[in-house]
Amino acid sequence: MKGQTAVNAALGAAGLVVFLALGEAVPRLGLVKEAYFPPASRIADALADEFADDTFWTALGDTLTGWALGLLIASGAGIVAGIVISVVPYLREATASTIEFLRPIPSVALIPLAVLLYGTELESVLILVVYASFWQVLVQVLYGVQDVDPVAEETARSYGLGTWARVRHVLWPTALPYVMTGVRLAAAVALILAVTAELVIGAPGLGQRIAVAQNSQAVPEMYALVVVTGLLGLLINVGARAVERRALAWHQSVRGEVAV
Amino acid sequence: MRRVLLRVLFVLALPVLLVAGWWAASDGSTNVFWPPLRTILKTFPDVWTADRLKDDVLPSLLRLTAGYACAAVVGVALGTVIGSYRRVRAFCEPVLEFLRAVPPPVLVPVIMLFAGIGDTMKIAVIASGCVWPVLLNTVEGVRAVDPVMAETAKSYGISGVARLKDVVLRSASPQIFAGLRQALSIGIILMVISEMFAASNGIGFTVVQFQRSFAIPDMWTGILVLGLLGFVLSVVFQVVERRMLGWYHGLRASARRSP
Repeated sequence: MKGQTAVNAALGAAGLVVFLALGEAVPRLGLVKEAYFPPASRIADALADEFADDTFWTALGDTLTGWALGLLIASGAGIVAGIVISVVPYLREATASTIEFLRPIPSVALIPLAVLLYGTELESVLILVVYASFWQVLVQVLYGVQDVDPVAEETARSYGLGTWARVRHVLWPTALPYVMTGVRLAAAVALILAVTAELVIGAPGLGQRIAVAQNSQAVPEMYALVVVTGLLGLLINVGARAVERRALAWHQSVRGEVAV
Repeated sequence: MRRVLLRVLFVLALPVLLVAGWWAASDGSTNVFWPPLRTILKTFPDVWTADRLKDDVLPSLLRLTAGYACAAVVGVALGTVIGSYRRVRAFCEPVLEFLRAVPPPVLVPVIMLFAGIGDTMKIAVIASGCVWPVLLNTVEGVRAVDPVMAETAKSYGISGVARLKDVVLRSASPQIFAGLRQALSIGIILMVISEMFAASNGIGFTVVQFQRSFAIPDMWTGILVLGLLGFVLSVVFQVVERRMLGWYHGLRASARRSP
């Protein structure tokens, strides 16, 4: 088992090396124009320049602020709304059609409205991020609540637990794995929308920096920034999975994963 | 009969309430940005005429379809290869993890370099954003083919195309559809953004034009159209999925009934 992991890691590293080597060789050999796709080494140089630049870190901070605030608001609202909808009688049936209608509405449809209302302020980013990630969390919470074991629920009732105690001790632990999945999905979606808002609306952040690099024909810088957003996305995915595993260490699905 | 009525009531009550609320709250509104719903609805037929549907909505939909179809074919094909061989999977995994983490909208400026601002650019943007969820879910689905089923097929001498079609892809299809569903919402986002960025027609382009020229009620109708489009596409997807995966939902339902 351990040998297998080592082989996989070596193969993965080899894959990365080949990927980077291709990124270097394809433009050098003239297969694509260097002006369109600079070699990996030049992108790396541009990346180093970005890291040395203070405004880059401000932009990164702006993007992360929009992402984190949006995710926080969406998760909080999604969890509260999900629990209220499932606890109050008939609310679930009454809201189902509305949720099914609102959820697939693409949040980018709100871009023009956000521009008019807030221009390039943080609020514009937040509108898009919150709208897109709220549904991810809400829907997962609703799934999770459906999964509550009827026996546990009935037992809690017959022991005279009140609504709040049942939410806390029966509903919440059952729904938590789903909530975690929802927040993990929402974290990825939130980054996409934060960068989109910056790119299209021009709110300060990495996306806006990419747009500026594109307009000024600074191609290596543009690629470097794209790589940064990718790394950011990667960190968020890996981080969210780590948080999920920690918070759910008691849960079967996670324990099973560790044991195998 | 009573139960049917009750269901209809549940489905319609809240939407009707919300629309009525919007109508009442915005009626007589003098705020430029929040025109009365009455005005928006009155503008709607003037803005979304048959010509506009043909010139703006149709091109958008065609581009979305083309990009989405490319992504689906490439994603399933590559995903099947990667998922079938353990070594290939280990080799590709870190690179794929990185590539799928790149937020798809940042591909718009990159692809514009290669493909200009024409239809090719938009289709390429949509395809390159949609391909990741399909690819990764196909990999997972193909990897998780039931070993008993795979062995059985082997001992019956099922191989080649038949094995691929009836064993591997069939058993991966629920996962593949999960990927396709994610890809659809990403595709719509990219369709709109690529048109907002640079275009001469399309829904995204039209809506931004309205906003830039401060035609606020027209802009609102555009938002409504985009919302309706997202809803309709997701309904169509559900219908297709239910048809294609009918066997799977049936299997799961019966498995749940008899544990």
